[in-house]
Amino acid sequence: MVATTNNNTGEVKYYDKAIRYFTISAIFWGIIGFTVGLFIACQLFLPSYLNIGEYFTFGRLRPVHTSAVIFAFGGSVLIATSFYCVQRTCRAALYGGDKLSMFVFWGYQLFIVLAASGYVMGITQGREYAEPEWYVDLLLTVVWVAYFVIFMGTILRRKEQHIYVANWFYLAFIITVAVLHIFNNLAIPVEINGWKSYSAFSGVQDAMVQWWYGHNAVGFFLTAGFLGIMYYFVPKQINQPVYSYRLSIVHFWALIFLYVWAGPHHLHYTALPDWTQTLGMVFSLMLLMPSWGGMINGIMTLSGAWHKLRTDPIIRFMIVSISFYGMSTFEGPMMAIKEVNALSHYTDWTIGHVHSGALGWVAMISFSALYYLVPRLWNKERLYSLQLVNLHFWICTIGIVLYITAMWVSGIMQGLMWRDYDENGYLTYSFAETVAQMEPYYIIRALGGFLFLIGALVMTYNLWRTIKGDLREEEPVGGEYAKKLQAQAA
Amino acid sequence: MTSHDDKNKDNKPETTGHEWDGIREYNNPLPRWWVWCFIATIIFAIGYCIYYPAWPKIKEATKGIAGWTQYSQLEEQMAELEAIRFEHNEQIAKKSISQILDDNDLRRFAEAGGKATFALHCSQCHGSGGQGGEGFPNLLDDEWLWGGTISDIEYTIRHGIRNDIDEDARTSMMSAFGQDQILNRNQIKDVIQYLKLISGKIKNSTESTDRGMDIYAENCASCHGDKGQGNQYIGAPPHNNHIWLYGGDDKTLFESIYYGRGGVMPPFEGRLSDEEIKKLVIYVHSLSGGE
Repeated sequence: MVATTNNNTGEVKYYDKAIRYFTISAIFWGIIGFTVGLFIACQLFLPSYLNIGEYFTFGRLRPVHTSAVIFAFGGSVLIATSFYCVQRTCRAALYGGDKLSMFVFWGYQLFIVLAASGYVMGITQGREYAEPEWYVDLLLTVVWVAYFVIFMGTILRRKEQHIYVANWFYLAFIITVAVLHIFNNLAIPVEINGWKSYSAFSGVQDAMVQWWYGHNAVGFFLTAGFLGIMYYFVPKQINQPVYSYRLSIVHFWALIFLYVWAGPHHLHYTALPDWTQTLGMVFSLMLLMPSWGGMINGIMTLSGAWHKLRTDPIIRFMIVSISFYGMSTFEGPMMAIKEVNALSHYTDWTIGHVHSGALGWVAMISFSALYYLVPRLWNKERLYSLQLVNLHFWICTIGIVLYITAMWVSGIMQGLMWRDYDENGYLTYSFAETVAQMEPYYIIRALGGFLFLIGALVMTYNLWRTIKGDLREEEPVGGEYAKKLQAQAA
Repeated sequence: MTSHDDKNKDNKPETTGHEWDGIREYNNPLPRWWVWCFIATIIFAIGYCIYYPAWPKIKEATKGIAGWTQYSQLEEQMAELEAIRFEHNEQIAKKSISQILDDNDLRRFAEAGGKATFALHCSQCHGSGGQGGEGFPNLLDDEWLWGGTISDIEYTIRHGIRNDIDEDARTSMMSAFGQDQILNRNQIKDVIQYLKLISGKIKNSTESTDRGMDIYAENCASCHGDKGQGNQYIGAPPHNNHIWLYGGDDKTLFESIYYGRGGVMPPFEGRLSDEEIKKLVIYVHSLSGGE
């Protein structure tokens, strides 16, 4: 299954088989991850009914949710889009061809399954976003090196003189994630008949290494990688040049230099020394504008063509996604400020912040890339239905807004209740009382998550019909305006 | 930014001349506001690093001109609260519990303080409102296992119940009537029927309750009273009401009699200051009015 494409300098063979597989796995794991997320959201307000046995408790299912959405869904989207983008922007076939890329596919799937099944059985390192034990970490290391070899090999055999900006971001993501993964998972196995291991670091150093990893999982996996997606798919879909080459250079280097220092803001007011906390905070603040550089370049690429938003729901996904990116990269530095963090830390505000980035930015830019990719990968004329894309867009956006506003309110309320003193100088609320106050917001959050999942199911149906080769007869998105445009074109 | 918009529309800016898969890039300059905001964050960061502890040296880090540490901030905030509580606490320390109860202002303060201590140390077992839970006594009702007067409550809080830590802990032991083969299964079932009769769950006596009455008189009455009225000296709960510490269904009652029961509470003397204990006693006593 080697797809071919023509362009003005001759014919290049592109290897798209693994991309098709990763596209399917992205949709599959996306649905699994969103469903588990909805389930654990419901556990929070129906704890005695939904914590089933030891295997399906919140503590074990939460990492299944986070790993499924970040690494299984997000990872599959990143690998699929990077393979697609690097071949086309380098005009070079994938290094290693179908064989090596399919090795990455099956190796990565095995990693996901081993990790998730381990969590449910209670095998965990207890490190957030790095829960898999050493044997799974070793497997991922091998797979990741193969991924790097493919990507770098393709860049090295490129027929374009320059490396396109999307590929810088993908490369930064691949290399940094490798370094983070290896150092954070340095551990010594301690059982012969089991899987337990202990970290090579101890105490506050261990915490610092973990959050250096944890924050850069956000910075390089969920930001740099997805900026790579933005830099390829946004100008392709909009069909306009990227707004500013200079901005892309400056914000790229500023972003990757500053991001790696920001981890300590996860450990404000802990045993971490004051000076380390200060550095974490100021680097987070300096990160604001470099992050916004990506937002400016994404949104301004549409400048002069805003009318396309009226007829193209895929562009709607992209622009709203980039807007959520701008919002959460503003919120993040604010929450890294010690005074704000003293209120927000350990509350649902953090959950809301993560999800405005994860649902708003990461998932929506992924959905737009999937809508772009599927008809092209399966050689179809167009998507089955743009109306369904539009439906997905609205359900998804409403779901996200419900989710994050519920978490903002409950998180700030939680923080204020925890620190509230009465006029006698005594704490006003017990912890259990603050938990009881969260219930309505947990229900609203679950409703938001439910809508988000429904939207993803609409997408799955639409993409499945597209792959089957069906085309839906429908009104164009944009109503009268779109019809007028079509008439003009005709 | 509007100037760029116009420029794009009317008179497109230069591209860099590169093209990748049809993608080109404009060579627009960096937005001015973006550059200035970036510089502003950097200047702020430098200032913040001078003011606060920031840069590591060989042995320790720079201290910052503010002299701030997170520990000094904690101490300051705690001292503020201490200052608010100071006057009342002095009074509490000087006065006895009954004197505190006579002073309305001081009593209200003690209840507020006791509530905070309760939330921190007691709510885990007794519930955030004192409503209790399975095996953990409800403090809102009129049934007191070990007595509900001010001095009973104080003793229980100071020494706890059936713990190995405090020699003066309240203690007693209920036999495991089934496990230790004092009663067989049928006898236990008869006692359960009798318990349901005297607690008012069933109205009329049966053969089973009659047999249960005899077994109760021989095995249970010595602690729980001949009419099931209970005994606070040994923490034996009454059986002549609807209140069940572990549950009043047949299965739970069977477990209680078969294996015996004996809840544990840690002592708080030493863990809490005398003033805190006074406040806590007043708060707990206020929940149901005590005895």
